[in-house]
Amino acid sequence: MADNIIKLTAAEIAEKIASGELTAVEVTEAHLARIEAVDEKVHAFLHVDREGALAQARAVDAKRAAGEKLGPLAGVPLALKDIFTTKGVPTTVGSKILEGWIPPYDATLTRKLKEADVVILGKTNMDEFAMGSSTENSAYGPTGNPWDLTRIPGGSGGGSSAALAAYEAPLAIGTDTGGSIRQPAAVTATVGVKPTYGGVSRYGMVAFSSSLDQGGPCARTVLDAALLHEVIAGHDPLDSTSIDAPVPPVVEAARNGSVAGMRVGVVKQFRGEHYQAGVMQRFDESVELLKELGAEIVELDCPSFDLALAAYYLIAPSECSSNLARFDAMRYGLRVGDDGTRSAEDVTALTREAGFGPEVKRRIMLGTYALSSGYYDAYYGSAQKVRTLITQDFEKAFDQVDVIVSPTTPTTAFPIGERADDPMAMYLADLCTIPTNLAGNAAMSLPCGLAPEDGLPVGLQIIAPAMKDDRLYKVGAAVEAAFVQRWGHPLLEEAPSL
Amino acid sequence: MSFTELLSYDAALAQYDPVMGLEVHVELGTKTKMFCGCSTELGAEPNSQTCPTCLGLPGSLPVVNAVGVESAIKIGLALNCEIAEWCRFARKNYFYPDMPKNFQTSQYDEPIAFNGYLDVQLEDGEVFRVEIERAHMEEDTGKSTHVGGATGRIHGASHSLLDYNRAGIPLIEIVTKPIVGAGERAPEVAKAYVAELRELIKALGVSEARMEMGQMRCDVNLSLMPKGAEKFGTRSETKNVNSLRSVERAARYEIQRHAAVLQSGGTIVQETRHFHEDDGSTTSGRVKEEAEDYRYFPEPDLVPVAPSREWVEELRATLPELPRVRRNRLREEWGIGEFDMQSILNAGAVDLIVATIEAGADSAAARKWWMGELARNANEQGKGLDELAITPADVARVAALVAEGSLNDKLARQVLEGVLAGEGSPDEVVEKRGLKVVSDEGALGAAVDEAIAGNAAIADKIRGGKVAAVGALVGAVMKTTRGQADAARVKELILEKLGVSE
Amino acid sequence: MPGITREEVAHLARLARLELADEELEHFAGQLDDIIGAVARVAEVADRDVPPTSHPLPLTNVMRADEVRPSLTPEQALSGAPAQEQQRFKVPQILGED
Ligand SMILES: [Mg+2]
Ligand SMILES: [Zn+2]
Repeated sequence: MADNIIKLTAAEIAEKIASGELTAVEVTEAHLARIEAVDEKVHAFLHVDREGALAQARAVDAKRAAGEKLGPLAGVPLALKDIFTTKGVPTTVGSKILEGWIPPYDATLTRKLKEADVVILGKTNMDEFAMGSSTENSAYGPTGNPWDLTRIPGGSGGGSSAALAAYEAPLAIGTDTGGSIRQPAAVTATVGVKPTYGGVSRYGMVAFSSSLDQGGPCARTVLDAALLHEVIAGHDPLDSTSIDAPVPPVVEAARNGSVAGMRVGVVKQFRGEHYQAGVMQRFDESVELLKELGAEIVELDCPSFDLALAAYYLIAPSECSSNLARFDAMRYGLRVGDDGTRSAEDVTALTREAGFGPEVKRRIMLGTYALSSGYYDAYYGSAQKVRTLITQDFEKAFDQVDVIVSPTTPTTAFPIGERADDPMAMYLADLCTIPTNLAGNAAMSLPCGLAPEDGLPVGLQIIAPAMKDDRLYKVGAAVEAAFVQRWGHPLLEEAPSL
Repeated sequence: MSFTELLSYDAALAQYDPVMGLEVHVELGTKTKMFCGCSTELGAEPNSQTCPTCLGLPGSLPVVNAVGVESAIKIGLALNCEIAEWCRFARKNYFYPDMPKNFQTSQYDEPIAFNGYLDVQLEDGEVFRVEIERAHMEEDTGKSTHVGGATGRIHGASHSLLDYNRAGIPLIEIVTKPIVGAGERAPEVAKAYVAELRELIKALGVSEARMEMGQMRCDVNLSLMPKGAEKFGTRSETKNVNSLRSVERAARYEIQRHAAVLQSGGTIVQETRHFHEDDGSTTSGRVKEEAEDYRYFPEPDLVPVAPSREWVEELRATLPELPRVRRNRLREEWGIGEFDMQSILNAGAVDLIVATIEAGADSAAARKWWMGELARNANEQGKGLDELAITPADVARVAALVAEGSLNDKLARQVLEGVLAGEGSPDEVVEKRGLKVVSDEGALGAAVDEAIAGNAAIADKIRGGKVAAVGALVGAVMKTTRGQADAARVKELILEKLGVSE
Repeated sequence: MPGITREEVAHLARLARLELADEELEHFAGQLDDIIGAVARVAEVADRDVPPTSHPLPLTNVMRADEVRPSLTPEQALSGAPAQEQQRFKVPQILGED
């Protein structure tokens, strides 16, 4: 029974709880048992909140017993990326500098999950401060990819993607600054969505790069992602960059997948020497599939996309150098070297040296450099202009097409350790995902097959204009259905059992 | 404190022209902080008015206080500034434990208000125009208490304690363009500018601008250039000069210090300096090895502020009369000189007198009570006039009682004293203390008869023509009526009864 | 402007309050040089007449009413403090301007 429960989709679990076929406690216990059984190997979780989860589940069951109306995801377990504050539950952002910190407040997203009666199982592993594409930069050790535990589960949200792929949770939350939801989804054969910037509140989401960061849903199916999207999205007066408009009809779109009559763009810049052959093969097949499903394919030229990675690696480090300045050993978190003789300045510097990992330091240094006087115009200023040009390229593209498709990431999951001290090689993982963060529009990754050369999952990225997140789900649901029909089962079922 | 050589003020001004720049920070009187909903109420327990945002907790975000923006625009308009059609907040990055995020959310190259001026009037009536470079929005820092060193000084302290209640309170920073051409009057101009600015801020109702409470703080930048030169000299920045008198003294001291250094062939170091209230001197701040690099960039957590022209015009329409213009008008209406007006201004009595007049008193009476009895009382208590437990309406009522003859001056002072002591309204004090001029002719007549009977010899003298002796009988009557009689009426009655005319 | 020196890295580390060890300075100098060399390409557009984008969405004038919201309790505010005294955050001596 427990084994059957963990394979259910979120939509199925919610339905069974609502009908009384399952209790929320049963569902939660099944997932806690699964975590117990496999997480030692996978290491998706940094913190499992067993008691909190069971309490939430009991509350859902009590509500149902009392005849109260349950929300569409009531009682469904979820793995929360350890970047969102949770009142009374540790939040580390994958960093030693926040080890043991217990936030006195809930993020807006956390609050919304609780209000929707979603059961939060615990906090998932991530690259420190969301900086990375492999989860190797976590101060608490790497996470394994359930497809091959010696390989990376993507990053920064590798804990969330691995939890889904290992059936430790049917839903998860990620954050996407340069691809940290989509790339992990791609390499684990799960679904991840970066909503339009401003679609999901950032209040209580520990900032990496404020103008790029966006929280979003992760799931094993397009519909589950849509159900979660609807729960976490919406205007938040505590976030000045939150969009004050109705949430796009994502669930409706996911229930009515179709690409018939749609124009789908293929950008010529998303192709080239850095792309693995098997990835491009699966991508090209996906484009063929879209044609078969009735879409019209349009070739697009977005020349400024070639500068996206460079602009991103100026903007994100610049903003992070400022956002991470607050970790100074004065008010919370780690304090090192306070022997009663050292100055606050020295204690801050010693603490940051001890508390931040190499990638975080590298980006802080890079950002400090890019913002310093004399370099600002050439670096930060130019990067902001590139941002404008990329936005303009997207605008022109979306004059011609409804959505754009590309591979999510140029390669399949690479072995843990392979790119660990080669930042430039690591940064290539986000080649296709970054333009969307710079422009602020929406994108999804969903599985489109296994690369023939290594048998590892490949992700298809769908990109929609800002505020048209529903198109992702409409197209995604159609593609997902066609692939599942072709394969005879969801791709994840081909993963080796743990 | 090391000995610093100074040149005499006259000698300094004979050789050099001072150039000043004044930076004033004003704490707004909003209910909540600039970027969060925490209260700004003073006197709260430490760290009881903090939240994730103003503590800089991970994940927290700022949201702009609309009244903060409105106040900034009002200040800009009153300073004759242009108001930006579109501007942004910026992060000023530097580490300091009193600043929770280690960046100050401020404005950089896009201030909300810019290019204005403020006309200030010197004590002799001369008007001097101070050009305004910009006024921008930012936030205050927390408050540190230094422990273990000498008298709470940061130097030599073993550690510090931080209270973030003040962190995030809205500040408006107002920066002048270089003030040139003031010559020997530069210190006076500096003082008059800060005084005028304070009046303006108060008139706008955006802050109480109490310098003694740190609600308004001034940095004085000063440099000298040889007379007739056009290129400015190197400047010093004297920080946190927090009273009107100190502004004048700091400018004067720096003129003399710069002059002494320059005259002896030395060069001025560009540095921050600290002002010392005790002797009016300044001393060098920490020598910085490297120029500050604040790495300003647009605050990505806030969206641009684009005040619509309609809003700006609406706010312009609400601006009150400028304090200087108003003061000159009142001075003429009240028929007093510059000097008296200046005293009233310095006492913080302008608005109180106006309100008292509006409540029905005549201007002479209003001035008399506020600048006399009440000013004395405030002085004794070390309070501001507006902190006294008496309202302009109370004062106006007392003036009315005097005018109708119900009170004389002596009784009026007792009534004021009673009101200040919390005994109630003027009428209640009169009632409770029984402080009414005895005008009941019967009672008064009896008292007069008694006085005549008890002082027969004096009465005879008066009858005999020595009218000047009447004072003794008046005194006797006043004594029996405990001062509550109208002395003039008493005199009349006595003379009447004795059949004598003056 | 690649060609970042060890001294420059040391200066950046001071600005960023990172007490980098000597080997780290060396290592970062090389890596930053590589990264900056790669990202310096953005300067290609420095002369292009396009406005810089600091915010991905064209929002303006997001403001809140001046209304008091509940604060944290002092206990909550201080709950993460590495050290505290008299209901205040206790921090090491501040080398101030005095
Ligand atoms: Mg300032
Ligand atoms: Zn606050």
